[in-house]
Amino acid sequence: MTARRRPSAAGLMAIAAAVPALLAAIGAGWAAYAPIQPASRDQLFEIPKGTWARRMAGDKTEILPERIELTLGARDVLLLRNSDTVPQIFGPVLIMPGQDFRLPFEQAAEYPFACTAHASGQMTVVVLPTPEAGWQRLRWRLQTYLAHSPWRN
Amino acid sequence: MKIRIAIAAALLAASATAADKLKSGTFDPPRQAPEIAQKSADGRDFRLSGLRGRVVVLEFGYTSCQDVCPVSLALLKQARAQLGDKLQVVFVSVDPERDTADKLNKYLAQFDKSFIGLTGTPQQMAAIRQAYGISATKKMMGDSKTDYTIGHSSYLYFIDPQGKLRALMPFGRPADEIVHDVNILAQAK
Repeated sequence: MTARRRPSAAGLMAIAAAVPALLAAIGAGWAAYAPIQPASRDQLFEIPKGTWARRMAGDKTEILPERIELTLGARDVLLLRNSDTVPQIFGPVLIMPGQDFRLPFEQAAEYPFACTAHASGQMTVVVLPTPEAGWQRLRWRLQTYLAHSPWRN
Repeated sequence: MKIRIAIAAALLAASATAADKLKSGTFDPPRQAPEIAQKSADGRDFRLSGLRGRVVVLEFGYTSCQDVCPVSLALLKQARAQLGDKLQVVFVSVDPERDTADKLNKYLAQFDKSFIGLTGTPQQMAAIRQAYGISATKKMMGDSKTDYTIGHSSYLYFIDPQGKLRALMPFGRPADEIVHDVNILAQAK
């Protein structure tokens, strides 16, 4: 009968260090090569209820940025929603209360639109190409994760 | 075998769904297109609601436009050549001061004689623009006090056969996409 050797403290520490590194490598590999399959491709911008009243009271908060970045194959549909109680010119379109306007993009390019909501009179939708497998996709997933993480602010 | 048939059916359904989607931006829910009722550029009584049963594409522009309008009208001409009477193009002037009925009529005839032109008093045309949320901003050219261009909305407005404003197509999309969307909307009878 042979006695089983107990792992040394150094061995345990090496295993403890190797497991997270291995998990991180697997995670990075998945993030870099797994296909992009978003639950929704909509990038939503919403006019909340009461916006018109707040604007009438002097609030100049912008809802729609002058430059919007979308990613082909991942988030490539611009969804404008008017949840207010009055019609709104939102970006380039007139949207009725309770109405959505959904604009899909199928080509990576810069799309300038006339937009009276901005001082420049223009807004630009930049549609970026689908991130390729590898570093591009990994970076895109990291950026997306960070942009939506709860502690980003 | 059954699995292969199921996969083929699923792929077919997926491709059919993709084909049924409009290329344009869509409204949900769609609203009734605001009525337009006035004389057309060829002197006839025009009512937008009189075009029910066909797909109407509204373009807002002006005859002196050098870049956007001629391109859009040329694309609409190509689309109409494929679609025939399924499509009715209505061109609404944002420059009624310079676009007389005669000038507009001749201008549109260069593209397609079936295109309907609308111009009128500045008040009439401003009311139409407001109803559709169209922007049109006059910009003087250089030091001139008379020559100007007009920055205006460049979307094409798609109205289905029931008179609902269903979709907006951004400037510059190919004629095939116009044909695609008109064919889908034409089924909404």
